[in-house]
Amino acid sequence: MRKAETSTTVVDETAEAPNMIEVENLVKRYGVKYAVDDISFTIKKGEIVGFLGPNGAGKTTTINIITGFLSSTSGSARIAGLDVLDHPTETKRNIGYLPEQPPLYVDLTVNEYLNFVYDLKGCTFNRDAHITDVCNVTKINDVRPRLIKNLSKGYRQRVGIAQALIGNPPIIILDEPTVGLDPKQVIEVRSLIRTLGRDHTVFLSTHILSEVQAVCDRIIIINHGKIIADKPREDLATAISESRTYLVKICGPQREVTQLLRTRAGVSRVERRPERDGDAYVYLVESEPGADIRKGLFFALAQNNWPLVGIEPVGEDLEDIFIRLVDQSDIRRKNASARQRRPILSDDIYEGVK
Amino acid sequence: MGAIYKKEMRTFFVTPIGYIFLASAFLISSAAFCFTTLKMASWNTKYYFTIMIFVFIILSPMLTMKLFSEERRTRTEQMLLTSPVSLTGMVLAKYLSAMTMMGGILALTSVYFIPLYSYAEPTTAILIGNLIALIMVGSATVSIGIFISSLTENQMVAAVVTMVTLFLLMGAGFVNQYIDSYFIRSIFSWISIFNRFGNFMHGIFDFGAFVYYASITIIAIFLTVRVYEKRRWG
Repeated sequence: MRKAETSTTVVDETAEAPNMIEVENLVKRYGVKYAVDDISFTIKKGEIVGFLGPNGAGKTTTINIITGFLSSTSGSARIAGLDVLDHPTETKRNIGYLPEQPPLYVDLTVNEYLNFVYDLKGCTFNRDAHITDVCNVTKINDVRPRLIKNLSKGYRQRVGIAQALIGNPPIIILDEPTVGLDPKQVIEVRSLIRTLGRDHTVFLSTHILSEVQAVCDRIIIINHGKIIADKPREDLATAISESRTYLVKICGPQREVTQLLRTRAGVSRVERRPERDGDAYVYLVESEPGADIRKGLFFALAQNNWPLVGIEPVGEDLEDIFIRLVDQSDIRRKNASARQRRPILSDDIYEGVK
Repeated sequence: MGAIYKKEMRTFFVTPIGYIFLASAFLISSAAFCFTTLKMASWNTKYYFTIMIFVFIILSPMLTMKLFSEERRTRTEQMLLTSPVSLTGMVLAKYLSAMTMMGGILALTSVYFIPLYSYAEPTTAILIGNLIALIMVGSATVSIGIFISSLTENQMVAAVVTMVTLFLLMGAGFVNQYIDSYFIRSIFSWISIFNRFGNFMHGIFDFGAFVYYASITIIAIFLTVRVYEKRRWG
């Protein structure tokens, strides 16, 4: 199967590192609805992996199966080589998990709460030193004597992360860790996640793109319970772009310039933009796949004495890739379901990604 | 398991519910004791124990209503269920914490019996037998409450449904006087938690009743574990 091949390309890069999370042909069905439909991926030790998808794509379900909170309809999930159903206690000990809503007992103080988690996980470190360590990392030392119900959302989220870190588990799983935080807190939590990535394997779900762009090494995109892309971050950003769009600023008569742009070889589309930059007009120029129109354009404009004052590529950050992938998979899904229930194969989309 | 037990015990006393439970238990039991023995100048504790059994209809839901429903509502159960603790361990820890409160209050209220010795000679063995039976009834009612609490995420629903269920189980024997069929009567008195208590009040340690209460406890706890198991697969 091609899906397996795709994951081996990732495996090769970090061949020495052991598999921390292995998910194989995982299916979770609620009645006739497939929340997770036959997904497979492997996460190596030390990776920070972003699990990306629109709301309701199956992210939380997948994570709940990995953490042993839910059971799968079929397929398997393994943590450090052990199946989560056969060895629940051992696998759960290896995971620090922050659910979507931090599991906080609001009637306890932060200190009491962390001590409870310490006992719950059956840790055998030096209690005070370990809890202080975790509080230092998550920067919650100053609120330790306070009741959790009196804490702000940002602090609660950090207490939630602290809870996941107690016991120093090798795998940290965070489900939408920055939802509901203010921009400053978001930045703090992200830098915290990057810090964690140094000595933990981090699996992070989110529907916010800038988040994975900021912290993750590798991105798995899921939609309608199926994986539609699984690539290192850079590959994903470059591989997807079939055509390029530039924002071009040119001084000169608008109609003639448009005419010239339209007749250039390799240009597939020209759009006049309403905004102006000084006496330059702004155009959106889209090139055909594989063609680089920039040099030719420069000389052609120079010949006409129309100064080119700016050219910058637009789009094709993760946001566009994401939306495009999700749209593609939605369209394919619709077409496929018109024919039969068995929907699109993610292989088709991988072709697009390559 | 120990961690959850400790947490539950602490929660009883950092929230008002533990104090409300203790206060109402003391209030009702002391009033009941006064009126059935001291005021009546009687050393017969039969009526006191009868009343106490029915007081459990109110006391047990107080202890159990939030044990599982609250965890479910606040999603903290997600942490418990993804921590290295077995389902049975989690349910037992919560059952034991409620039983500690229940046993504690019964132990504390035992001081009521001391004045009786000053003017009469109550049979200590009967008192102890009755207390053991009372704890067993407490255990049965608490585990029923736990089971019902695990079915909902609303504390009030859990409390009300538990009260109604306990009321029906307690009073099933009372409708017997209106029923002609012996067969149905025997079913009702078999179910009734209260009818089973009759022998204890007469000073007989009814081992059958003891087993009955223990069975209710075990079945309710087993079912609670199954509820969680089922939700996982649901």
